[in-house]
Amino acid sequence: MDKDFAARRRRDLIIAAALATIAALTPLFVKDVVVQNILILTLMYAGLSQSWNILSGYCGQISLGHALYFGLGAYTTELLFTKFGVLPWFGMLAGGVVSALIAMGLGYPFFRLRGHYFVIATIVIAEIGLLLFHNWEWAGAAMGITIPIRGDSWLKFQFLRTKLPYFYFALALCCLAWFVTWWLENSKWGFWWRAVKDNPEAAESLGVDVFNSKMGAAAVSAFLVAVGGSFYAQFVSYIDPESVMGFQFSLLMALPAVLGGIGTLWGPVLGAAILIPLTELTRFKFGGSGRGVDLIVYGTLIVLISLALPRGLLSLFSRPKKTGAAR
Amino acid sequence: MGDDAVTAQAIIQSLASGLLMGLLYGLIAVGLALIFGLMDVTNFAHGEFLMIAMYLSFFLFAFFAIDPLLSAPLVAAALFIFGAVVYLLLVRFAMRAKANAGMVQIFTTFGLAIVMRGLAQYFFTPDYRSIPQSWLGGKTISVGGIFLPEPQLVGALVSIAAFAGLYFFIHRTDFGRAIEATREDPGAVALVGIDKNRVFAFGWGLGAALVGLAGAIMAVFFYIYPDVGASFALIAYVTVALGGFGSVFGAFAGGIIVGLVEAVTALVLPPSLKSVGIYSVYLLVVFIRPRGLFGSM
Repeated sequence: MDKDFAARRRRDLIIAAALATIAALTPLFVKDVVVQNILILTLMYAGLSQSWNILSGYCGQISLGHALYFGLGAYTTELLFTKFGVLPWFGMLAGGVVSALIAMGLGYPFFRLRGHYFVIATIVIAEIGLLLFHNWEWAGAAMGITIPIRGDSWLKFQFLRTKLPYFYFALALCCLAWFVTWWLENSKWGFWWRAVKDNPEAAESLGVDVFNSKMGAAAVSAFLVAVGGSFYAQFVSYIDPESVMGFQFSLLMALPAVLGGIGTLWGPVLGAAILIPLTELTRFKFGGSGRGVDLIVYGTLIVLISLALPRGLLSLFSRPKKTGAAR
Repeated sequence: MGDDAVTAQAIIQSLASGLLMGLLYGLIAVGLALIFGLMDVTNFAHGEFLMIAMYLSFFLFAFFAIDPLLSAPLVAAALFIFGAVVYLLLVRFAMRAKANAGMVQIFTTFGLAIVMRGLAQYFFTPDYRSIPQSWLGGKTISVGGIFLPEPQLVGALVSIAAFAGLYFFIHRTDFGRAIEATREDPGAVALVGIDKNRVFAFGWGLGAALVGLAGAIMAVFFYIYPDVGASFALIAYVTVALGGFGSVFGAFAGGIIVGLVEAVTALVLPPSLKSVGIYSVYLLVVFIRPRGLFGSM
């Protein structure tokens, strides 16, 4: 049984390395800027959703307010960059730390809440963040921040002539989030999280530190999402409250994991690989008309997959559990 | 002295409008609380139910010149059918999910919300619409120097009447008792011949009809556009959670609190921050009472 498990983990790692290599080679064949753009967003959302999945999937604390951490990452980086000339790399780290600290600070009161009360609290806190940034003059208020062009280099993390560096960074972020998940899955934390998710009372009585498990998951999850937000700000080079802290980001982080398979290692990647290109293509094809066809397609897909495959698309690939145990 | 009088009047004025708006928030939210209490399902398309009710009022006015006040029962009836159909075609199946039941319910209704928004954009365009000349629109009544807008006043009265009706219905009629029984033990009611599915479909219909009533009144004084539901939906969730999920009369109290808090916040903070007050009160209340004000502990 243990051997099987170790073999599965090795197999996962090999598959991930192979997929990452294939992904890294795609720019050699894909020269179209629109397609590259979609690939970058797909990788970014795969990474974000993977990070969301740590708190909401593995630890079972459904957050629909992760846009807060995404926005904090973006704003920390750009405020440090535009006001104090701090390189985005340090800003990225700072944004991650700020978000992780805020996630833990919020965790104190939030993790006492259950079910819908928790979900609504996460939506509400992100909305409060959004409204505060809307009214914060120093941070550009509703006008936002236009990121000045200071160079075209990895040092400044700004690229004017090509999108490729952004592509590789998004790929690295996605791999990092996947690897962190892979690593934590088999750690003490991973077991704690699953216990907390399945039955917090039972976990507590068996000596699991429920509260600190949730705090740990929240910190890791918020840190990685903030790094994503920081990347996104550099990528689009203009931020305002709605465009980095809007509810749609919370949703777009949750959906890939839900569609692919929540609380699984591969769910977020699979979900993002299907959902994000579909979203971008329908928007590209119909969105310009402002007639909502993209929303209709997208919403229908969510309903159908939720109803038909409650465990997510990944359940299509998994063999029935019995064969695994028999071997 | 004169300044004090002016300030006091301004405060009473905003509390009065806050109270009226709060009663309306209660009416918007009660359907959500009813459905949740009945079957532990949160309808994430609740705001979109409000949106189609507003459009329905608008089109009945635009095409048939029926005043929203007259068409309100019609709108409520249409929403009743719509709610029951949503239950029978979608939610019923979502509830059968063997795995991740909570997520399936959230995302089934959430997907429905997105589809409804898309359909509204497709058929009605994203334009902002309003009902220009209704019986109540733009009129105010002055009571002792306090100005009360008539649409909100009528809305508040309708809300009180609806809650009274709901109370009577749940406690005094057989069907109401069937609803109460089903919510307490859906398995046992089958033994006494109550069809769970019929009760649930009726509950969804009733919940939708109530938000339909709210929508018909809102249409008189609020812009109508495909995304209009989103902002009211969040307020409705906060209202329901404040009252305690599932507590129908908690929604009534929650609505009043939300309305008053919003009015007070607008007095002390810039208008763009008025929702911060509501959200903060929500957080404060659930931190102290994690199951809302009137939820069972």
